[in-house]
Amino acid sequence: MSSDTGILNRLRTGIWEDNPGLVQLLGLCPLLAVTTTFVNGVGLGIATLLVLTCSNVLVSATRRLIRAEIRIPMYVLIISSLVTCIEMIFLAWFPSLGRSLGIFIPLIVTNCAIVARAEVFASRNSVSASFIDGIAMGAGFAVLLGTIGAFRELIGKGSIMSRLDMLFGGEPMSGLVLVDGGFLLAILPPGAFISLGLFVAAKNALDRRKQQTNRPISSNTLR
Amino acid sequence: MQTEATPSTWTSGLILAGLAAVCTALVAVTHSRTAPRIAANEQAYLEQSLKPVLQGIEYDGNLSESTITILPPHELPGDEDVPVYRVYADGAPVAALFVVRAMDGFSGPIRLLVGIDAGGSISGVRVLEHRETPGLGDLIDADKSDWIRQFNGKSLASPPVAAWTIKRDGGEFDQLTGASITPRSVIKAIRETLVYYDKNREDVFAVEAEAKAQ
Ligand SMILES: Cc1cc2nc3c(=O)[nH]c(=O)nc-3n(C[C@H](O)[C@H](O)[C@H](O)COP(=O)(O)O)c2cc1C
Repeated sequence: MSSDTGILNRLRTGIWEDNPGLVQLLGLCPLLAVTTTFVNGVGLGIATLLVLTCSNVLVSATRRLIRAEIRIPMYVLIISSLVTCIEMIFLAWFPSLGRSLGIFIPLIVTNCAIVARAEVFASRNSVSASFIDGIAMGAGFAVLLGTIGAFRELIGKGSIMSRLDMLFGGEPMSGLVLVDGGFLLAILPPGAFISLGLFVAAKNALDRRKQQTNRPISSNTLR
Repeated sequence: MQTEATPSTWTSGLILAGLAAVCTALVAVTHSRTAPRIAANEQAYLEQSLKPVLQGIEYDGNLSESTITILPPHELPGDEDVPVYRVYADGAPVAALFVVRAMDGFSGPIRLLVGIDAGGSISGVRVLEHRETPGLGDLIDADKSDWIRQFNGKSLASPPVAAWTIKRDGGEFDQLTGASITPRSVIKAIRETLVYYDKNREDVFAVEAEAKAQ
C-alpha cells in the first residue's frame, strides 16, 4: 500500500477516478461559491487539503478510541478545531487571501467530503494510508477548484491567474489580461453550475471514450 | 445520575473529554502564535484602506489613532454605529473619515468610506463592501472603474445640494450604464454624510478619542 505505485494510484483515484467534487459531488457549496478566480479556487483548495489531511491523520491516530456512539462528535471536534486553526494561519500569513475567501474558510467545517473521508477511510486505515488518502482527495478537490476557477476567470473576466500575490505575497499582480472584461455570466452563480456541469460532462465523455477504445467489441454489442 | 451509566458510557465520556482538551489546546496554541500577526495585519489593512480617501492631504501619525464612534440614532446614512477616523496635522484637524452604509443599493447595503477635509470638500470616497452585480453595479469599486473618483474635491457648495445626484435626475454626477440604482444610493449617502459633517463639524472633533482596543 505504501509502495510508490500505491501512492501514485491513490493520487490518481483522488484527482481523477474518485474526485470528491467531480465524481462524488461533495463539497459543492464552496466549490460553486469561491471559484470566481484561479487564486480563490486554489486558495480554498489548499485550505481544504490541509484540513482533510490533518483530520484524516488525527481520526486515524485515534481510531482505536473511536466508539460507534461518539464517533460523530469526535469528528466534529477534530474537524472544527482544525478549521479554526487553519483560518487563523491564513489570516496571519495570507491575509489578503484570507479576506478574499472570507466566510468560506470557516465553512470548510461543513464540507461533507471531510467527514466522508473520516468515516469511510481514516477510521479504518493506518495513519500513513490515511495521510496519503487526505493528500490525494484534497489534491483532487484543489485541482478541481483551481481548474474551475481558472475557467470562470478566463471566460468571465478575460484574465489568467490574476492576483497571484495573494498566495505568494508582494505587490498586487493583475496576471495575464487577454481582454478587458468578459462574458459576465461565467462569474455569476449560474456560471458556477454551468462550469461544473461542463467539467463533469467532459470527464464522463473522456472516461467513456477510454472504455470504448479498451473494449470496442463488447461495448458496441451492448448497444 | 442514573445507575444505567455503564462503564462504557463513562469511557466514552472520558474519551470525548480528553479529545476536547487536546483540540482546545491545539486551538489555543495556534491562537497565541498567530494573534500578534493577525492584529498587525488588520492594523496595516485598516491604514492601507484609509489612505486612498486622503488624496493630497498631509497628516501626522497613525490614521486610526483618534477614532470615535457615532451611535444611532444619527442623521448619517445607515442605522448602525458609524466609526469616524479623525486626521490631524500639527495638532490641527485636517480631515474626518466616515464609515457609512448606503441602505438602498441594488443588492443590500453598500459600505462606504467617505473622507471629508477640514474645508468640507470630499478628499476621497471608497467602497469597502458591496454585493452589487459584477459588470453593472460593481463599477463603483475603485478597482473596476474611475466612477468613485469623480467626487474628489466636491462639496456641498459645488455642486449645490440639489445637484448631488446622477445626471439623469438633473444632477451633476455620471450614472453607470444600465445601472442607476447603485449610483443613486451611493451619491445620496455621500451627500448625507457631507450634510452631517457641515452641521456637526465642531462636535466631531470635540469629542475625546476612544481608548484603543489594545
Ligand atoms: C441580474 C440583474 C442585475 C442587476 N444589477 C444591478 C446593479 O448592480 N445595480 C443597479 O443599479 N441596477 C442593477 N440592475 C437593475 C437594472 O439594470 C435597472 O433597470 C437599473 O438599475 C435601472 O436603471 P435604468 O433606469 O438605467 O434602467 C440589475 C438587473 C438585473 C436583471
